[in-house]
Amino acid sequence: MTFLLADNVWLDALLRMAIVGMLVPVGVILLTWVERKVIGRLQQRLGPMRVGPYGLLQGVADTIKLLTKEDVRPDSADRPTFELAVFVIVVPVFMAAVAVPFTSDIFVRNMALGLFYFLAVSSLGIVGFVMAGWGSDNKYALLGGVRAGAQLISYEIPLILSAVAIAMLGQSLSLYTLVELQDDTPFIAYQPLAFVIFVIAGLAELYRQPFDIPVAESEVVGGPAVEYSGIRWSMFQMGEFVSLVLISALASLIFLGGWIWPFSADNATWLQVVLMAVKTSAFILFFMWMRATVPRLRIDQLMALCWQILLPFTFLQIIINGLVLVYEWPDWTLTILSGAAAIAMGTLIYRVARRSGVLYQTSGATQRVGSVL
Amino acid sequence: MATIDYTIPGEHDLETLDIHVNVGPQHPATHGVFRMVLTVDGEVVTDVDPIIGYMHRGNEKLPENCDFRQAIGFHDRTDYLAQFNTEHCYVQAVEKLTGITPTERSEYIRVILAELNRITSHQMFVGAFSTDVGIFGTAFMYAFRDRELIQDFFEEITGERMMYNYFRPGGVAWDVPDNFRERCRQVIGQIKKGISDLEGLIVNNEVVLARCCGLSRMSTADAINWGVSGPLLRATGLEYDLRKAEPYSIYDRFEFDIPTGKDGDIYDRVIVRIEEMKQSVRIVEQALLRMPDGPIMAEGLKRVLRAPEGEVYMRVEGPRGEYGVYLVATGADKPYRHRVRAASFCNLSALRAMSVGNYVSDVVIILGSIDIVLGEVDR
Repeated sequence: MTFLLADNVWLDALLRMAIVGMLVPVGVILLTWVERKVIGRLQQRLGPMRVGPYGLLQGVADTIKLLTKEDVRPDSADRPTFELAVFVIVVPVFMAAVAVPFTSDIFVRNMALGLFYFLAVSSLGIVGFVMAGWGSDNKYALLGGVRAGAQLISYEIPLILSAVAIAMLGQSLSLYTLVELQDDTPFIAYQPLAFVIFVIAGLAELYRQPFDIPVAESEVVGGPAVEYSGIRWSMFQMGEFVSLVLISALASLIFLGGWIWPFSADNATWLQVVLMAVKTSAFILFFMWMRATVPRLRIDQLMALCWQILLPFTFLQIIINGLVLVYEWPDWTLTILSGAAAIAMGTLIYRVARRSGVLYQTSGATQRVGSVL
Repeated sequence: MATIDYTIPGEHDLETLDIHVNVGPQHPATHGVFRMVLTVDGEVVTDVDPIIGYMHRGNEKLPENCDFRQAIGFHDRTDYLAQFNTEHCYVQAVEKLTGITPTERSEYIRVILAELNRITSHQMFVGAFSTDVGIFGTAFMYAFRDRELIQDFFEEITGERMMYNYFRPGGVAWDVPDNFRERCRQVIGQIKKGISDLEGLIVNNEVVLARCCGLSRMSTADAINWGVSGPLLRATGLEYDLRKAEPYSIYDRFEFDIPTGKDGDIYDRVIVRIEEMKQSVRIVEQALLRMPDGPIMAEGLKRVLRAPEGEVYMRVEGPRGEYGVYLVATGADKPYRHRVRAASFCNLSALRAMSVGNYVSDVVIILGSIDIVLGEVDR
């Protein structure tokens, strides 16, 4: 089924990694252009127009600028922490890319524990943010780093647990197997609640609006990245955009049937590529759309959303799955139960957001009644 | 074998330290060269120390060495987002002092321009505030799309985009273009659509509601004690607008409402401003219908204005609140004393009371909701 790039297995693996390593930066350059164009259009602007046709070469120009820029390091920064932090952010992202199959042929390694590996490796990046925040010796960076630590760790849990719900259904942790199971119905039909939670937690993991609290422009001016310049700063960007692609790809693999649904399992490679590209881009565009329209939550609201709403509902999803699987109820019960829970969660969030003014009480002095979404 | 100490460190073993975060003068959330030193305990702000003066240019002293007419330009440079409103105030102060009566047509032109300027100022507020709350520039661009229309209109009339210097004691510098009415109607039509766009982006946004409702509540009594005026005061529920309370110019001839809030929280401040934009549109529409033809400058003015001995305090309702000019004349062609009462400065003084005890991210939007213009604070 898979074709080898070289006869030697090791050489093959190296070649595949090299291709990923080279494709990803090019993809990031293109993606920055796409994001600027999309957000520009949403804001009634044109976006970049000057460099190349329709500003297509803007990303290249930016890359050259970033590469040739001086790499400034604050005098008082903790040098090893400061310099290592960017690698701790970027390397796990590339490592996670290894596990993601893009079609039935195109992947680096088809791992039996692909889903587990992806989630485990991609959560390493948190350390990098805390390191950057601490090592920069800057108060904005420190605030941002602490925020990033709190936020990313919290949202790992609903993200992973909603993926666990899928693993329960598929009885597998291999992304390849999970996709093959969705040849007539994608898992989103059975697990709407897990899907909604996955997307929300994914937004938070990517720290994009409304969860861009660690890097909040108007508060901590870029957060952990504030002291970085030139190529080191661009590595933050790269990590952000690659994670964006990977989370989108993962969501389309485990929820939307990857390269198979709505066609058959043995469709042509080009069709598989198109299917994955369409599904992944849909998620990426959704994340960009959110970025351009939604304001930022406050850190306590963010935490409340995670621990008081998302987490109980992910457990609910897992319990539903467990009941259905153990008692062997028909499949449509999953759809109905999970869908009802998703609607309940949406209503709850909506209602709490609407009446938050009543609950939130501060009058000059600190008078804080728990954390309130 | 060493024994392991299993005791959990209590509060006394862990020493925590509040950190001081210096926000500004170069910070995207301070709207200019304002600086505040936040004392932060985790994410909660325990103290705010505002530091101003980075933009002090002597806008109160310099006019004392200028002819009455020359000083108009300095008022463009105090509240540089509401230039016509400030000019309107100064020009009326001089008129009161010298006893000049402006012509009917110029009064209408002034009111139309001042109200349009109020709209641009509030659009600036909505745009900047939305970026403070965290919208990635979308509401900002929408607000600026419409603001640009008014700016172009102002440019057609005055030849300037920022420092208009158009009002004069006794009238305006020159007459408006012939197509003034049509252009103004055209602009107003666009603005109305733009206001509803902004409402759609901000007013009913759940995240904005969750962030702003109930935050930094202020009672009317507190607001008055702090000297707060303008939309911040009206957001507390007090129906106080100088255009109605002591009608100056020709404001008593127009029909408009004073929008007020209930709680004096951030959300009310935003709503009041958006409603005020609609009321300004109403005033402009009425003024356009009634604007007469005629001279734009009072008859028989001397080349050099000399004011008789006396003093005058003139105040107008600027977009940020009460903008006042105090002039003392000794019979010369220059004011002996020239003082500006800046709304931003007084409103800013309540910053500490409003923000202590809130989160860092909330202090940013509290500052944004005051809508300061540093040129006016520092003068």
